[in-house]
Amino acid sequence: MPVQGDMMTPDAEALAKAAGGAARSAGQTPLEAGSPEMDLFTGLTRLGDNTLILGHRISEWCGHAPVLEEDIALSNMALDLIGQTQFWLGLAAEVEGRGRDADALAFRRDAWHFHNILLVERPNGDFGQTLMRQFLFDAWHAPMLKALEGSADARIAEIAAKAHREVAYHIERSADLVIRLGDGSEESHARMQAALDRLWPYSGEMMIADAVDLRLAHAGLIPDPASIRPAWDETVNHVLEEATLKRPEGNFAHQGGKQGRHSEHMGHLLAPMQWLQRAYPDAEW
Amino acid sequence: MYAQMVKSEATNDDPEMLAAFQARIDAGERIEPKEWMPEGYRKTLIRQIGQHAHSEIVGQLPEGNWITRAPTLERKAILLAKVQDEAGHGLYLYCAAETLGVSRDDLTEQLLSGRMKYSSIFNYPTLTWADIGAVGWLVDGAAIMNQVPLQRTSFGPYARAMVRICKEESFHQRQGYDLIRKMAEGTAEQKAMAQDALNRFWYPSLMMFGPSDKESVHSAQSMAWKIKINTNDELRQKFVDQTVPQAQFLGLTVPDEALAWNEDKGGWDFSEPDWNEFYEVLKGNGPCNVERIEARQKAWNDGAWFRDGLMAHAKKRDARRQAAQMAAE
Amino acid sequence: MSSEWPLWEVFIRGQHGLNHRHVGSLHAPDAELAMKHARDVYTRRNEGVSIWVVPSAQITASAPSEKGPLFDPANAKVYRHPTFYDIPDEVGHM
Repeated sequence: MPVQGDMMTPDAEALAKAAGGAARSAGQTPLEAGSPEMDLFTGLTRLGDNTLILGHRISEWCGHAPVLEEDIALSNMALDLIGQTQFWLGLAAEVEGRGRDADALAFRRDAWHFHNILLVERPNGDFGQTLMRQFLFDAWHAPMLKALEGSADARIAEIAAKAHREVAYHIERSADLVIRLGDGSEESHARMQAALDRLWPYSGEMMIADAVDLRLAHAGLIPDPASIRPAWDETVNHVLEEATLKRPEGNFAHQGGKQGRHSEHMGHLLAPMQWLQRAYPDAEW
Repeated sequence: MYAQMVKSEATNDDPEMLAAFQARIDAGERIEPKEWMPEGYRKTLIRQIGQHAHSEIVGQLPEGNWITRAPTLERKAILLAKVQDEAGHGLYLYCAAETLGVSRDDLTEQLLSGRMKYSSIFNYPTLTWADIGAVGWLVDGAAIMNQVPLQRTSFGPYARAMVRICKEESFHQRQGYDLIRKMAEGTAEQKAMAQDALNRFWYPSLMMFGPSDKESVHSAQSMAWKIKINTNDELRQKFVDQTVPQAQFLGLTVPDEALAWNEDKGGWDFSEPDWNEFYEVLKGNGPCNVERIEARQKAWNDGAWFRDGLMAHAKKRDARRQAAQMAAE
Repeated sequence: MSSEWPLWEVFIRGQHGLNHRHVGSLHAPDAELAMKHARDVYTRRNEGVSIWVVPSAQITASAPSEKGPLFDPANAKVYRHPTFYDIPDEVGHM
């Protein structure tokens, strides 16, 4: 469980903190772009920012879901994702070695330093959009984590193994609900199709590699996101067919989130999320 | 409490049956759903358990108000888990009420139309992060005080729900106290927020136990039936005695100038809350009554297509299964 | 108002338990979803548990008038209860 703690001795942690503090007061030397450390830091924040932002979005439903059983199930999922965030961002902070921790990364970075895909920052919309967004993401997330279990970095493999156990249930749930609602009432079918059409252009980004992804894949640390495409297609095609939903034709993919170019929604999501840490920077919580 | 001012229903049953029923209760027996019970007992319980359940559900809202603003990942997870528990507790309680022959949807409709009440406390706003601490510490503290004895209540399903709830709720008050302690020991601004939270939540918390027993006309019957275990004043006194030293430990001041240790009774003397305010809040004039009910109405109305859609699918699936069976035969 | 989701009774056998025990109820459109809800509501997804869900309408409960004859014989078999046996303190927990 305490993966972060296991990864460094207290002394090393203290040293890293001291070094980070010194670097910050001296104007903080950031990691060098293109360096292996920077690549890994970016790759890990891509994973952790996805889970953070999606977990945050789902948590917005807490107390407002259509039925009690679903309210509870959604919170379970949000809790899983926030837990995974602590591991991914904790490891990212360790790799960075500038004295930051998972909370500093979550609550003190501005939007352009976040590396999540655009899909997860889409507003919740109606419950159908929330479920469809979840399904499209889970269909990628589960095979991605499975592949990450083979990472050359044992720390990554360990986090992925734990997360995969949780996400295997997420995809089971979200796929099942997409099928049921797609093949449900006339209204639920229409809403699910509308949700699919709306979110489809945001699903491609998670399977398009950039230079950082390719270098990480080459180093055996994080698999090439394009390699997840066949598994994703298979799940999505199968589920949409059973749901009697029509897979949209186009292959256009909105991109930019992974590189820090976000939608307008991102700033509005971060504003409340980071409010306390920003307003009271000296406080501990 | 979570069920405040529950009116006990009159009973027009056969006196002999009533006496036999009372004897069972006095002997400490549990009453189970299918067994004979006075009509008044059944109706009072539906109202009390329903109100208790509604309080859990509406109670998600003031704390849920801060989930997206929790200041650390850990605090976010803790708060989410806690608010999730409240949904679960509402669910358990609705199920207990359903054994009495009322449906959950029916109870929900009664809440949304204002025919059933929920605890007055949830009509107060959560304005700062310290309020989340105050809610856990004071509101859950007060709730636990009531719920622990209710584990021994005479109606089996209600008692069993309370056992499960008390077990799960053990961390709620602790997390609240831990949160507000961090604030009270923090920066000057954090400490001010903690004090402000105590100032605003102190009297509403005292109101949770309901008006004085002298004015609670329904207490006697409910206590005889063991669906109310302690009097309102007993529980309120116990709560004050428990909470004052906890506030002192935090270096916070209870907003009551009359607060004084009374050696004779071995407890604290304290000021009564403003009962006019309490009745106004119950009538719908609390700071957040309108928002709370609107939020629940929106969740229910917006979710109708989802509930119906899943039901429609279940029926289709069932029909297909039957068709397949027929074809096979 | 449309039709309400039916009620289900949930029975769970824990990791160290021998028997399924009734833990509570919930609402779900059908058995498969009742199973998922049971997992989310009553186990918070611990591994190694077995869940049964039964439509509440399918439960037949003993009527109060049967309470005497049905339960009295078992009550007489006090030897079935562990507290019937007086175990000396020196023996320790059993």
